[in-house]
Amino acid sequence: MPAISTASLPDIVFMLLFFFMVATVMRDSTLMVKNQLPVADQIQKLDKKDRVMYIYAGAPSSRYVDKYGALPRIQLNDKFATVSEVGAFVLAERASKRQELQNVLTTALKVDGETKMGLITDIKQELRKVNALKINYTTRVGAYSQNIE
Amino acid sequence: MADIAFLLLIFFLVTTTIETDSGINRKLPPMEEIEDPPIIKQKNIFTVVVNKNNQLLVEEELTDIDDLRRLAVEFLDNGGGEGEEACDFCLGARDPKSSDNPDKAIISLKNDRETSYKVYIAVQNELVAAYNVLRDREFLRLFPNERMNFVEANKKYTDPRTSPEEKERLKPKLDEVKLMFPQKLSEAEPSKTN
Repeated sequence: MPAISTASLPDIVFMLLFFFMVATVMRDSTLMVKNQLPVADQIQKLDKKDRVMYIYAGAPSSRYVDKYGALPRIQLNDKFATVSEVGAFVLAERASKRQELQNVLTTALKVDGETKMGLITDIKQELRKVNALKINYTTRVGAYSQNIE
Repeated sequence: MADIAFLLLIFFLVTTTIETDSGINRKLPPMEEIEDPPIIKQKNIFTVVVNKNNQLLVEEELTDIDDLRRLAVEFLDNGGGEGEEACDFCLGARDPKSSDNPDKAIISLKNDRETSYKVYIAVQNELVAAYNVLRDREFLRLFPNERMNFVEANKKYTDPRTSPEEKERLKPKLDEVKLMFPQKLSEAEPSKTN
């Protein structure tokens, strides 16, 4: 059997490479919590990255369970944090943005579906205290009924 | 040549993510306490309570989540008011025991600390959907030339690719419909059952 020509292999690989370069974003921080977002359809697209700050919450992923337990936690940038540190984080993020953007920042809450509301309410209370009132509950797209099996 | 390409590909596969960049936008109420809360009639408040077993209590009755959107629309669209408080664009039942006017109608949401977040999102989704259903209807009725409903017009308005002239044109229309059905969604302190 004649050998299959592999002359076009680099072309295929370059195409895949360009796809990934275009369709993805450099990850800011490694996710240390489980983050299976819930589903919703009344959604709007988040603003550009420089107008958004991210707060992650959920149960620690399997690698961190032994060290940090199984209860849901908040993750800010690359570290776990407590509820009281949320306020300081928001103020720091706000200070690091350009003057014009400081009042239009949105806080994106990327929370695992299985988290209980107690933690979320505490986070929202902290956000109210620092006047970060524009929030976005980040979700995947789909029908609300998928949230309740 | 292919080796270099493979290396770069593996690099990108490992360091990037396909971002989920959409969700439900909400605005939190500011911290300051209102000195004297305005007197609100009981019928103008639509209570939704979610307990730790993720069950819904709508207006004191156990309800299925699938009914929530319809019940919220019925409440908001009721228009049971008379005279000054009458609502001329409401198509609801005009029940005197339900809300007077959409701009007086308040939806109050209360959940337990142990309620699951995804159920909370499902409830938020349905309540926002109820507002959007009514806002869509009114936008289409008032501005048939736009040939889109409220949600589509809003999406166009927030899209960075739309021209400033079009945004200028859309803004007053969007604001008018938003005033007809304002999102008065209040969230109470969650209860803590030990």
